[in-house]
Amino acid sequence: MKNKTSCLPREGEARPSRCPDNSAFKQQKLPAWKPQLTIVTVLCTFFLTGVFCLSVGVCLILSTNSVREIQVDYSDKCSDCSKLRENSSNWDKECHCSVNFTLKEDILGDVFMYYGLQNFYQNHRRYVISRSDAQLLGRKVNVQKSYCAPFTTYQNGTPMAPCGAIANSMFNDTIDLFYNLNSSLIQVPLLKTGNSWWTDKNVKFRNPKSYNLSSAFAGTARPPYWQKPVYLLDEEDERNNGYVNDDFVVWMRVSAFATFRNLYRRVRRIRQFADGLPAGNYTFHISYNFPVTKFKGRKYAILSTVVWSGGSNPFLGIAYVVSGTAAALTGFVIAAIHLKLRKKKTYFQK
Amino acid sequence: MSLFGLKFGKKKLKEEERQLQANNRDFNLQFEYANNTIKTSKYNFFTFLPLNLFEQFQRIANAYFLFLLILQLIPQISSLAWFTTVVPLVLVLAVSGVKDAIDDFNRHKSDKHVNNRPVQVLINGMLKDEKWMNVQVGDIIKLENNNFVTADLLLLSSSEPHSLTYIETAELDGETNLKVKQALTVTSELGEDLQKLTEFNGEVKCEAPNNKLDKFTGTLTLQGEKYALDNEKMLLRGCTIRNTEWCFGLVIYAGPDTKLMQNSGKTTFKRTSIDRLMNVLVLVIFAFLALMCLILAIGNGIWEYDKGYYFQVYLPWAEGVNSASYSGFLMFWSYVIILNTVVPISLYVSVEIIRLGNSFYIDWDRKMYYPLNDTPAQARTTTLNEELGQIKYIFSDKTGTLTQNIMCFNKCSINGKSYGDVYDMSGQRVEINENTEKVDFSYNQLADPKFAFYDHSLVEAVKLSDVPTHRFFRLLSLCHTVMPEEKKEGNLVYQAQSPDEGALVTAARNFGFVFRARTPETITIVEMGETKIYKLLAILDFNNVRKRMSVIVRSPEGDLTLYCKGADTILYELLNSSCESLKEETTEHLNEFAGEGLRTLVVAYKNLDEDYFQDWIGRHHEASTALEGREDKLSELYEEIEKDLMLLGATAIEDKLQDGVPQTIETLAKANIKIWVLTGDKQETAMNIGYSCNLLNDDMEDVFVIEGSTSDDVLNELRNARKKMKPDSFLDSDEINIQFEKSSKPPKILPDEQANGVYGLVITGHSLAYALEGNLELELVRTACMCKVVICCRVTPLQKAQVVELVKKYKKAVTLAIGDGANDVSMIKTAHIGVGISGQEGMQAVLSSDFSFAQFRYLQRLLLVHGRWSYIRMCKFLKYFFYKNFAFTLVHFWYGFFSGFSAQTVYDEWFITLYNLVYTSLPVLGMSLFDQDVDDRWSMLFPQLYVPGQQNLYFNKVVFVKCMLQGIYSSLILFFIPYGAMYNTMRSDGKAIADYQSFALMAQTCLLIVVSVQIGLDTSYWTVVNQFFIWGSLSVYFAITFTMYSDGMYLIFTASFPFIGPAQDQRSQKEATSTLTQETPASDQHPPLWLCLLPSAWLWSTHYVWEKHAAKITFCHNGNVFTK
Repeated sequence: MKNKTSCLPREGEARPSRCPDNSAFKQQKLPAWKPQLTIVTVLCTFFLTGVFCLSVGVCLILSTNSVREIQVDYSDKCSDCSKLRENSSNWDKECHCSVNFTLKEDILGDVFMYYGLQNFYQNHRRYVISRSDAQLLGRKVNVQKSYCAPFTTYQNGTPMAPCGAIANSMFNDTIDLFYNLNSSLIQVPLLKTGNSWWTDKNVKFRNPKSYNLSSAFAGTARPPYWQKPVYLLDEEDERNNGYVNDDFVVWMRVSAFATFRNLYRRVRRIRQFADGLPAGNYTFHISYNFPVTKFKGRKYAILSTVVWSGGSNPFLGIAYVVSGTAAALTGFVIAAIHLKLRKKKTYFQK
Repeated sequence: MSLFGLKFGKKKLKEEERQLQANNRDFNLQFEYANNTIKTSKYNFFTFLPLNLFEQFQRIANAYFLFLLILQLIPQISSLAWFTTVVPLVLVLAVSGVKDAIDDFNRHKSDKHVNNRPVQVLINGMLKDEKWMNVQVGDIIKLENNNFVTADLLLLSSSEPHSLTYIETAELDGETNLKVKQALTVTSELGEDLQKLTEFNGEVKCEAPNNKLDKFTGTLTLQGEKYALDNEKMLLRGCTIRNTEWCFGLVIYAGPDTKLMQNSGKTTFKRTSIDRLMNVLVLVIFAFLALMCLILAIGNGIWEYDKGYYFQVYLPWAEGVNSASYSGFLMFWSYVIILNTVVPISLYVSVEIIRLGNSFYIDWDRKMYYPLNDTPAQARTTTLNEELGQIKYIFSDKTGTLTQNIMCFNKCSINGKSYGDVYDMSGQRVEINENTEKVDFSYNQLADPKFAFYDHSLVEAVKLSDVPTHRFFRLLSLCHTVMPEEKKEGNLVYQAQSPDEGALVTAARNFGFVFRARTPETITIVEMGETKIYKLLAILDFNNVRKRMSVIVRSPEGDLTLYCKGADTILYELLNSSCESLKEETTEHLNEFAGEGLRTLVVAYKNLDEDYFQDWIGRHHEASTALEGREDKLSELYEEIEKDLMLLGATAIEDKLQDGVPQTIETLAKANIKIWVLTGDKQETAMNIGYSCNLLNDDMEDVFVIEGSTSDDVLNELRNARKKMKPDSFLDSDEINIQFEKSSKPPKILPDEQANGVYGLVITGHSLAYALEGNLELELVRTACMCKVVICCRVTPLQKAQVVELVKKYKKAVTLAIGDGANDVSMIKTAHIGVGISGQEGMQAVLSSDFSFAQFRYLQRLLLVHGRWSYIRMCKFLKYFFYKNFAFTLVHFWYGFFSGFSAQTVYDEWFITLYNLVYTSLPVLGMSLFDQDVDDRWSMLFPQLYVPGQQNLYFNKVVFVKCMLQGIYSSLILFFIPYGAMYNTMRSDGKAIADYQSFALMAQTCLLIVVSVQIGLDTSYWTVVNQFFIWGSLSVYFAITFTMYSDGMYLIFTASFPFIGPAQDQRSQKEATSTLTQETPASDQHPPLWLCLLPSAWLWSTHYVWEKHAAKITFCHNGNVFTK
């Protein structure tokens, strides 16, 4: 085999030689790392992966197990309320209901209150796009041109503020928590701000600029399903009103799935709740405004603590454990195959 | 070009016959002949955009994306923003468009350059400098030495005697030797007398423009007399005038009508099997896409009926939608838009880029560069690379391909005595090697120093003035068509049309019969130092039917002699009966020569009677000016005079094997490639070469020779051969026989059959003609394909192509034809891949080939290294490409089941836009340009590594299905792990993160990491570039993502970048939730990755086991330690 080719220019040659350059790139000789698979590296990789995943998985499971969570399905608890809400003409009638539950042990640490919805397709494409981000930034926009349809304007031409199906369907139950201590009801202090994402609250949502909020929203009307206009969402706190209302902002971050929970309130750690929720009887006082029975949905009130890995969802830990086990098993299988092959080979050589 | 052709075609009827008059523009203008402007460009400034777009949208992939774009513009259907399709489409169109534009710009430039070349045109009795494009049919132009010929001209006169003109046709057919053209005597009288030339008003009638380079028929009418015109009087555009001071020509065809232009632009498009497979797969993917969309559309119908109807409280149906089934129908199209990425638009562009890159490697390879004539290898077609890794049959020419085509006068037989062998004192024949003493030619001043001869007895015979020996060499120095060039006194260079002739004339020169000069009527030779001028009375030229040539000369002494040389079979029929005994001896010598693989010729002479000759020459003159049946009349005359010849002897010319041919053939055979040699040589010569280059060897069970002269004989011989190789194949139970019986029609593809040993087959051209007929065809294929080596001898160029065609037709195999001469062109064009050897025999083979290089031995590197790499790279590329698009797209499919089948995408629209173009294109390109599973040394050392390519193992339908399944598996994991991990979960600060944007970000990040890891696992050769591409793409992803999801982008382009928050919310939330500890959700992004690693890990481990296995095989084969 003649691999060596010399590219000496011929003598007396006027034109340049057509001999290709001797560069590593052109000769396909670029230095390269050629990972070689040996039984050691392969087994090491599998076992290390397995060990890593298993340990992460175990940690995750242990930590999620320490999460305390109480979930109350109240969609049917107040049957007259749900019936009342099935007819939308009753929108202005108030309906209250109470749900009792008991805590056997104290829930220590930060306690968060969520509302959960099931079978509510917040991830439907037409629902997801049905909003006007520009409007929510406080800009003057023609909502007719946005994807808000059919919740853009009323027949008389008054634009809705905020427009779109998402805003219109905002969760509007109010849930209060009471602690029954010696037959007296103590309202658990709840924080209604600081529940939304920072970027949402500070960047994504802004109220139109004006000397006061009601004038800023002059010329617009509330969405049809709302009981009050947007500038009255929180009359007590100016920084929690209008488009930057935390409940509104949280709702506007649409969920990826049809079953979801949104942060509603945080327990304020003062007085007897300084360490969390003490054991005892509690009552949810709910102002029932949000109809779910019409589309076979359900709604929940949830109390939960969190740990470093998040909430009570054990999936991640289990997934890690499963993958870790699978990787380790694979390692064993490969080791077995290898040993078998090696035996055969020695046999063959005899 | 085609458009213009159309226009012209409509404007005037097809030209039947061309009629023109010299110096009469008015007359010629009425025919509206094209002038000498050429236009090879396709577009101009204004037509570029519409024409180019029109052409590009004829491609199915581009048209498909246009269709998608139109779908997206329908608001009810549009499920993705318009830019997701427009950006990739525009990019692809722009890349192709820019390439076309550059090509066309270059064509414009060269057109302009050519059209503006100056030439002297005779106008109104004056020579005027004109541009080429202004030359008209019927003009008389003057050309000078080294000028390019402006148009197809009729040669009128030249500076040389007898109006000879020497031309080089390199640009036309690539041959570099000089050719002679001669004007008619009647026009050559015009000389350079401008007056006469201006008055010249000959009328030419000739055939319509055509592309036949070697044929021209026409008549010139001058003052009532008709003169025949043929190709010998034509100067074609593309040639160059050499050794001629000036000449005048009459323009016959100009511009687009010239033979050069008529020949251009008709390249047959070869496509690789992967191309065809890819088209099938794209159709399969379309079907798969339709199926998915149908499932989702039905799902949407059911969902809208079951849930969406009630959910209307919060989300009323879109305007115009009034039933669930109509919504389903709309959703079908919406999903077509979303899932379109399973048919990747960038596939075709990427494939082209990879092929181009791999072609460049061939051009750049120093190990395929031949320093002796400064020839690098060249990939002339850039679209066939991967097929080089799948070759199963090689069809090779012999002369010039396996051999050097440098002819050496090696042996001869003169008057019954054989010369050329060297004997030692004891009379034993001695092997000739470098140390053997060469014959000393120093007595001859004009001898060629490169010529080597070893038998001293021949020189002695010459020196002793042995009459037959002198006559023998005199014949060799007279009877040929070689042109001498003597630039320096005594430094003779011969320009020979065939290397055999050159070798014979050189031999005569060295032995003291130096051919020195030639005019049309004389030949000057220096006989043993004494200059003699022979009068050349007639040349009875060579052609393939006659297989001989003769000259009739009158010596200075006045003797009339006919000298003839030709093939033995022909010449033996023409000998005088008195030569019987000499004939026998010479035959013996001839067989000996042929047995050594030498090319033989027989030479003979005849003394002519003066009276007879005068009579003959008279008739000859008559015949050669005849207008009708000229050829027949001449050949009759030739036959009449070429008889009763006196045998002189025979010559034997050696055509040396090229370096490394036996080794190359051995390596290729180990790679399971079957080699067929197709040669015009005699059977003995061919077989001998077969043995000497290791094609045939003694290890073979048998070498069958098929030489039957009737159809039945051939059939029997073929059947007997097959019976011996595989007796089972005659049983009724044989697979193929069953196939035969089942269908009346012959089966399309024959499966491979295994013989019970190694066999060779030799078939002569005569038998081949029968074997290629009708029903014998199948028999030939079955028998021949069982043999390891097939040699076809005495075959015509057409038969070569037929043989290739035959194998292509019945075998599902990739064929390669390699050759160097014009007679190999048809074969090179027929085979899947044509390789040209840029050697001695001109450039025609190279010009029609797909790859070219200088030496046969480079073939093994082309196939085993470049071919194998290209194939593996292409397969890896396709596997990965389909995988990544499936993994990418199918996530949407699964999400459909959880989002009410509403065509909601999982990823951000920008991610969809950039995924194929930016995030994943470079790593895979890097792999397909740099990957090497083993380095070139190993591929050459273990040719068995080539076999998987032949069997198409690395990419086929099964592999595709596997990729698809892997993609589906990955997409399942990529969807369900984030789904499970985010379902009802919250951040460590208590805020919910199961929102759509976070989910999208997590899914797309996981996807990108997974496909990057996958490419990492597929890459076995990590160069800097690979590292850079992979890490770079990931960083670019993160950079772009953070930029697009930033506050600024949101505030400026609110509608386009709504994904603010998920990526950077973590960093800025501290102040808001100071009491709570925090953890980025990034930790949640690992698990899917780890799970997705599993399929890769599985692949990895199986790959590992397989490689061990392969190593073992190699180990057993070679007894070497495979220490990789």
